[in-house]
Amino acid sequence: MAWVNAVIQGILTGGLYALFACGLSLLFGVMKVVNLAHGDLATVAGYVGVGIVAATHMPFLWSVPLVVLVMAVLGYALQRTVIQAAISRGELTTLIVTFGLSIVIENGLLQFFTSNTRGQAIGDSFTTASFSIGSQIQIAWLNVFIFVLAVVVLLALQYFLSGSKYGRLIRAVADDREAAQLSGADYRHVFGIAAAIAFGTVALAGMSYGLTTTIDPTTGTDTILLFAFAAVVIGGLGSLWGTLLGGIILGVAQQIGAQINISYEQLGGYVIFLLVLVVWPQGLTSRRAQS
Amino acid sequence: MSERNGPGLRTDAPLLEVRDLVVHHGQLQALSGISLAVYPGEVYAIIGANGAGKSTLLRTIAGLHRPTEGSITYAGRDVTGLRPDKRATAGITMVPEGRRLFPSLTLEENLKVGATYARKGPWTIGRVYEVFPWMKDRRDQKTAQLSGGEQQSVAIGRALVANPQVLLLDELSLGLAPVIVQRIYGMLPQILESGVTVLLVEQDVSQALRVATHLQCLLEGHTTLEGTPAEVTRVQVEAAYFGVTDGSVALWPGLTPSSRAS
Repeated sequence: MAWVNAVIQGILTGGLYALFACGLSLLFGVMKVVNLAHGDLATVAGYVGVGIVAATHMPFLWSVPLVVLVMAVLGYALQRTVIQAAISRGELTTLIVTFGLSIVIENGLLQFFTSNTRGQAIGDSFTTASFSIGSQIQIAWLNVFIFVLAVVVLLALQYFLSGSKYGRLIRAVADDREAAQLSGADYRHVFGIAAAIAFGTVALAGMSYGLTTTIDPTTGTDTILLFAFAAVVIGGLGSLWGTLLGGIILGVAQQIGAQINISYEQLGGYVIFLLVLVVWPQGLTSRRAQS
Repeated sequence: MSERNGPGLRTDAPLLEVRDLVVHHGQLQALSGISLAVYPGEVYAIIGANGAGKSTLLRTIAGLHRPTEGSITYAGRDVTGLRPDKRATAGITMVPEGRRLFPSLTLEENLKVGATYARKGPWTIGRVYEVFPWMKDRRDQKTAQLSGGEQQSVAIGRALVANPQVLLLDELSLGLAPVIVQRIYGMLPQILESGVTVLLVEQDVSQALRVATHLQCLLEGHTTLEGTPAEVTRVQVEAAYFGVTDGSVALWPGLTPSSRAS
């Protein structure tokens, strides 16, 4: 029963990882930018959420769309300025620039919020409520909620990318920037929209993470970025549903590791990560890996 | 710019005019002072061998390369510094070399991208399906599943739905069987009827001679011949294309015919 519990908890955690990973995957898939500041942006969203709630005393759930909007605008602005300038100078430059961004954000957070950990205080009833299956399996409603949120976000992203005008343009620009320009599309604007969406999802992920545990200024790089990367690599770069699969596999591997020995939680995740890298270097959902 | 003479003397203004265009690829000078004027309703063909600078010229007109010198005027407006997407929405649309369809999009989605920033005009996705009836049944297929000729037709369709005034066609015949090339060029009259002016680049000289109303031959970034197909002789075209002459006259300063003979 303990093993079943580990798998269930792992799957639910995978939803959160997918939420982190889908923005990273989108940015890479569309503009080949490996955003090293991704985790820090999630932390920023968590802090902005805390700040808004503390300053205005608005209910936490009301602050969610606000933070998502703020982060989306920030995403568009960053893309059109710093990241676009880096893209124009070559792929390696984007690594350096987003790395720099990561350091700036971390130190900025340290300055403003100190290194104390923070958590979202939205009332214990929601964050701690749970239900039981049998006597050994206890499932937190919050984790179920985050998993459902992740699936809804991925569905919405898929619907947007396949069905909408800008979704189509994003895919076209990802395929062939120059050909899209010849069709009249300003690819930088399209990049900006993709970045806005990616930052919106990272805001949701950061705020969800802030509900499950506490955050501090280094959480972004130390934890979130690595998990997001692992989920993306396991699932396959640029694949939307691959991030959910990757997140679930990572989550389950961590929980099973922890079940064997509580100190093996991280180890379990990275063993699977390395295993996938060796056996399916393109990720599990990549077409090239299957053929 | 050389004046047109004979019965083809034009009094109206050119739709597209290129003056003394110089383009560099890094250190290499790809175009050395190319000029041309395309008038409404023309099929203006640029011919020349590999590396003559034809594609560079077309890409520069589309805005994908920045010229070092010279100017490009379109509909009376200087567009030399305009971004490629702005040129497309202004009415200059290119079918790029190698088709360059969006591989992860379906046939119809490719056309929809072309129509996203379309100008007002006669071409719609429905009209493209009328011209190429086979497309309608296969509109949900990925373009990688199409043959080369079919892909080329989709690329033309994607450009047409933007309702361009000037259509730039870069090496339509590349990699296609002659019979397919014939078929694709066979739809040129329909394009012209809709009021589109065509500037094309073609390695296949006989094909270019068949469809062109005006001809310009490039060789290593220079213009070596210009005129209507009726004006130029086969021998002249060959000489201009390969840079070999039977006489002692160098085609351009600094290069003697004998150095090209090898």
